[in-house]
Amino acid sequence: MSYSVTEPSQRQKWFAGFLVIGYALITLLPLVWIVATGFKSGSDSIAYPPKIVFEPTVEGYVNLFTAQTRMNNELALEPREQLPWYEQLVREKGNTIVGPSRFSERFLNSVIIGFGSTFFAIVLGTAAAYAFSRFRIPLKDDLLFFILSTRMMPPIAVAIPIFLMFRQLGLNDTHAGMILLYTAVNLSLAVWLINGFIDEIPIEYEEAALIDGYTRFQAFYKVVLPQAATGIASTAIFCLIFAWNEYAFAVLLTSGTAQTAPPFIPTIIGVSGQDWPAVAAGVTIFLLPVTVFTVLLRKHLLRGITFGAVRK
Amino acid sequence: MSGKQAVQTIQTKPVTALNSAKGLSDRMIAWIFIAPTIIILLAINIFPLIWTIYLSFTNYRVNRPNKDVEFVGLRNYERILSDTDIWISMQATAHFLIWTIVLQVLIGFFLAYLINKKFKGNDLWTTIIVLPMMLSPAVVGNFWTFLYQPQIGLFNYVVGFVSGADPSSFSMIGDVALAPWAIVIVDTWMWTPFVMLICLAGLRSIPDSIYEAAECDRASKWRQFWTITVPMVLPFLMLAVLFRGIENFKMFDLVVQLTGGGPGSITEVTSINLKREAFEKWRTGYASAYAVILFVTIFGIASIYVKALNKVKER
Repeated sequence: MSYSVTEPSQRQKWFAGFLVIGYALITLLPLVWIVATGFKSGSDSIAYPPKIVFEPTVEGYVNLFTAQTRMNNELALEPREQLPWYEQLVREKGNTIVGPSRFSERFLNSVIIGFGSTFFAIVLGTAAAYAFSRFRIPLKDDLLFFILSTRMMPPIAVAIPIFLMFRQLGLNDTHAGMILLYTAVNLSLAVWLINGFIDEIPIEYEEAALIDGYTRFQAFYKVVLPQAATGIASTAIFCLIFAWNEYAFAVLLTSGTAQTAPPFIPTIIGVSGQDWPAVAAGVTIFLLPVTVFTVLLRKHLLRGITFGAVRK
Repeated sequence: MSGKQAVQTIQTKPVTALNSAKGLSDRMIAWIFIAPTIIILLAINIFPLIWTIYLSFTNYRVNRPNKDVEFVGLRNYERILSDTDIWISMQATAHFLIWTIVLQVLIGFFLAYLINKKFKGNDLWTTIIVLPMMLSPAVVGNFWTFLYQPQIGLFNYVVGFVSGADPSSFSMIGDVALAPWAIVIVDTWMWTPFVMLICLAGLRSIPDSIYEAAECDRASKWRQFWTITVPMVLPFLMLAVLFRGIENFKMFDLVVQLTGGGPGSITEVTSINLKREAFEKWRTGYASAYAVILFVTIFGIASIYVKALNKVKER
């Protein structure tokens, strides 16, 4: 008997699909608009009514990556055919490029601080999670809950003493300071999540390995880690996304050297207020890695997000 | 070897194997594995918390570090609890919290229910819906100010297109009445997928056999929904509400970029208020007391809620 009473009917499926696709498209609209704005000229981006059909240009991206000033008469009269295409573009607007803008620096900071803190959080977190799972630690449940409760503080509240501390230690506006901070914040999530994943791995595998003569460390490395790999991967993605998107600490504790992209993007000013194509270009570039991760690794992400819900 | 000796050897061998003399002992491994984590958490999470509590009893100001630091006892706390500004920002936060949770729960659950019908290609569309959740709230807040511009913004244009109103007649960010809704809409756009995913996990965890049994008992679909689906998804839903609640109570990035707390201070949620006290007025001691009150509030409500949640799970 192959008839199932719980399988939805074709009509239901069609109707459900219709509504969900509708919602997905509406949700996608703001994102599509922003990406499109990155390719509009300055005047197109603030056109009224909003322009759906427009002539694409990479002006926004050029403005994003370069610092410019108005050119003087001498440069205005200079012949332009020999100049690189981006310089020509800029000259047409009456400006000239003086050097790279700070965006690439900020983006690079995001990469360094993001990946750095994720690496440390995962390495330390996995070790601690393993220990919590396999050894009898005194006050284990209370410790785990306390670790989790540190996430209940508003970041601004935590920033007050951290600000003072970093000032004393000279860690203000440094990469090391920010990596340390993000690692600490990510550690609590990493330990909690990976502990859950390791708990799911039957202990018999390690016991067999130990009886076969493996050391405890070898059992951890060769037996547990490969099985926990997917769980660790999803946790790593979450840690990376947090550090990548973080704003409050970055804006309060950094100002130049170690500033990441999120505090920087809203400050991209053009001639008259915010340079929307450049901001949109910056936003697009910044969103790209996260989008790629989400699409490629969606199964892992789904597992990680719902994991907190499914376990006890 | 005699039989008795062989049995003895076999009985003792597994125990010594687990306390292996090869390599580091279990205790050492446990210490090495846990120590760095504990040290970092103590330094960056615990110690600052204690320092904040200490500061909350003083009148310390970061911009005047050389002034005498007096111990003022509970004065900061008294002043905060009687400060009308604080209560206004609590109201703004409450409005934000309640409406975002209500909307996200309704829409999120509805979406999860539809996606659970397993139509063709639902994987692709689910991934698309999940996208906004992965973005930086600050960056999202910033570009939504572009979308919310009265003249040139896409949001006003679409609303005008659909409802016939004049796009430049209202400003989501500029109008005092609309600004709180502006932040609710953006937060819902970002985080509904989160609630949806958790509800989906909940829906998928309900075994088919329960529904089949209900069919055998000739229960209507409507009845099945209310007696099977809803109660079994409820723990997941409550968990999602807990996470969203805690996050939105702490909300800072999105609102500060979208409205800056304005117009006036109508959307100045507690985190923004706290930032002003601590990093603009530099009343560090006062702000520390505020932080402690917020933390205790969140912790208290969360603890009570978790107890209720555990009760629901046991049912």
